Amino acid sequence: MSRFIVRRLLSTIPTLFVIVTLSFFLIRLAPGGPFAREKKVPPEILENLMKAYHMDEPLVKQYLRYVGGVLKLDLGPSFKYKDQTVNKLLGVTFPVSLTLGIISLAAATFLGTLVGIISALKQNKWQDYAAMSVAVLGISIPLFVVGPILMLVFALWLKWLPTSGWITSRAGLATLVLPVITLMLPPFAYIARLSRGSIIEVIRSDYVRTARAKGLSEKVVIAKHVLKGALLPVVTYLGPAFAGIVTGSVVVEKIFDIPGIGKIFVQSAFNRDYTLIMGDVILYSVILISANFIVDILYGILDPRISYK
Amino acid sequence: MKRIFTVLLLVLIAFNAFATGEKEGQGVEFIMNNGTEPASLDPSNISGVPEHHIYMAIFEGLVIYDPKTSLAAPGVAESWTVSPDSTQITFKLRKEAVWSDGTPITAKTVVDSWLRTLAPETAAEYAYMITMTVKGAEAYNEGKGPASGVAIRALDDRTFQVDLVGPMPYAVDMMAHYAFAILPMHVIAKYGNNWIKPGNMVSNGAFVLESWKPQESLTVVKNPKYWDTANVRLNKITFLPIEDRLTAYNKFKAGEIDWADGIPLELVDEIKLRPDYQVSPQVGTYYYIFNMTRKPFDNPKVRKALTMALNMQDLVSKITKGGQLPTRSMVPAMAGYTPAQGVAYNPEEAKKLLAEAGYPGGKNFPKVTILYNTLDAHKKIAEWVQESWKQVLGITSISLTNQEWGTFLDTRQNLHDFDISRAGWIGDYLDPNTFLDMFMSTSGLNDGLYNNPEFDRLVRQAASMPAGKARMDTLRKAEEQLMTVDQHVITFYHYVNQDMIDLTKWDGWYPNPLGSHEWKFIGPKK
Repeated sequence: MSRFIVRRLLSTIPTLFVIVTLSFFLIRLAPGGPFAREKKVPPEILENLMKAYHMDEPLVKQYLRYVGGVLKLDLGPSFKYKDQTVNKLLGVTFPVSLTLGIISLAAATFLGTLVGIISALKQNKWQDYAAMSVAVLGISIPLFVVGPILMLVFALWLKWLPTSGWITSRAGLATLVLPVITLMLPPFAYIARLSRGSIIEVIRSDYVRTARAKGLSEKVVIAKHVLKGALLPVVTYLGPAFAGIVTGSVVVEKIFDIPGIGKIFVQSAFNRDYTLIMGDVILYSVILISANFIVDILYGILDPRISYK
Repeated sequence: MKRIFTVLLLVLIAFNAFATGEKEGQGVEFIMNNGTEPASLDPSNISGVPEHHIYMAIFEGLVIYDPKTSLAAPGVAESWTVSPDSTQITFKLRKEAVWSDGTPITAKTVVDSWLRTLAPETAAEYAYMITMTVKGAEAYNEGKGPASGVAIRALDDRTFQVDLVGPMPYAVDMMAHYAFAILPMHVIAKYGNNWIKPGNMVSNGAFVLESWKPQESLTVVKNPKYWDTANVRLNKITFLPIEDRLTAYNKFKAGEIDWADGIPLELVDEIKLRPDYQVSPQVGTYYYIFNMTRKPFDNPKVRKALTMALNMQDLVSKITKGGQLPTRSMVPAMAGYTPAQGVAYNPEEAKKLLAEAGYPGGKNFPKVTILYNTLDAHKKIAEWVQESWKQVLGITSISLTNQEWGTFLDTRQNLHDFDISRAGWIGDYLDPNTFLDMFMSTSGLNDGLYNNPEFDRLVRQAASMPAGKARMDTLRKAEEQLMTVDQHVITFYHYVNQDMIDLTKWDGWYPNPLGSHEWKFIGPKK
């Protein structure tokens, strides 16, 4: 197991290196640049700007300079937010998305699994149909529809909750409610359907039949035998879902004005904020790779058929 | 299940009580949606409207914007005199003007500040505002001349003098712009680029920086050291960087913010009925550029026919609907200037001209593309244009292409790879020149490659003329060449400022042409 972990950890280094290299050159291929404006910057001033950001140097030199910085964990200054470094921007925005993401995903996993179990156990009864209808809605209604509707109902009509903002604002924790509900809907729905399907499958398997034949109570059978096997697909899904959700949802962060990383991710691409895009890409890659890595390890724990040598 | 709902409801109510509980007893606080995160607070480094809003709260230049006219009003300078030939301005600084740490602001501070913005290593985008105004500034900014060559000087502690590149009647008004900011050089010397961090930052405006949570909010509080602090009526201003205009509008409706700069365009029908919707003319023009090097746009008859086929009144009343002002001119109306006009809407004449140009009934009209940047509002206008040309002129060979902002700018400005392109221009100062000199054949902003020696000559001639009717007439003649003779661009409308603010609650906020609202004048209505 430990050898496997070390091997996997080592293999992430070349992966990250390829990602950094490809992204560095690809974003520079995009037309325009960080200093493109409707009122075009005069050439002399552009020259000063290019010099200030070392963009007058050959591309390879810029690349080596950047990689040198990354190795020292210095992601450089932002092109757009001139008073901030990329480290600072990611340091401020990532914890926000992480908090929102973890709460949403935890809620989605808990509720999704619960609904999945109920549906599976009450297969083809009204509880099952009701739960699965909600799940279909959750998957099919886009966030940019759900968000504003929730805001309209709970903030503007009922006035129970603030329209937007983050927990550090005056409205405090109340700001979490609507974005968490919005953000958790798709993973909740997905997990509910996924767990329902796999529970139904596992429930009919031989080892569950054996457990029942042994005379175990239904509760023990479900908790000890069915769930362990049935949760595997959910765990598989949780890895990439975690990476996706904690790196920020552009839509939810925009609608609810949440100072997270999702908002700046997209904006940095439009702004051609080269260093910030790179920072985002590196962070996203690290999280995705780590999440998959953790899922692999969890697999070993949950599924006795898998062993790492 | 019931129990769960009860608990949830209680939690919600508790949150709500918490949310509203703190709101009281804050003094006069004002919250605005600033539209986006400020790129910087360093006046030498800023270049946008959101940054300008914050700049106006925490800094003050020699002059500020008059809240009603957008023209120069006294700031750190209590008065100024302009030489008879309009080439030299002498400012008298007020002696009570100090930094928020008590350090006095002298004429030398102004000299050092402008030189910092001009220094090539500062890489200030808006340094060009100084280089196009102040003698010797361009050479220094380009690294071709010494700092001592910049014609600005401190005659004594309270007298600052500047020589202009020529007679520039609008120079004083331009100096309210942040490019001409006065900077706390003693703090910059101490902290370098970190001088703008809360704790280090020293400023001289009506407010000082209290906190800055990137991407979340920026708060300023009243500056007790400000020379006119007795007349400042707000205690605190919070700037929010909400990009989604629907969210900002909902926040405004819920009473969570006091001023939203901009509105969600999709709700314009609902919004324009509200009494707290403020709409006012802006010094800006929405237009399409013809690429003069491409056929068939090298023929003025084609350019005029296409323009004549568009009913701009229809456009603003049915498509844009936000109170925009339909126009046939490039330059918006300004004091002392009557804009020259291009052709008017006239479908019959348009058909005739197009036939004369060799395309009767739109037959054989070459395939051309309208280029615009990806945005729903631009798309709607482009589709309207396409449809109008089809209906009126029978042209069916127009296609539309949208590109993401950065790509679009590159295509239009650097590659000039377009037939017809969307453009928009907002004036930096109140003078027709800011709408005209970009079309000179030598200008880097001349995206449609317009080349008319007579136009160039007139703009150049106006640049050397003193303020007055003769200069305005010369500029008008130049616009006549651009619009009436050549119809190089199709102008659709002049922009309007669209704001949500309840003026029965606040005063000191006036609609003005540059949309510049100096904070010191804003306060609760008594």
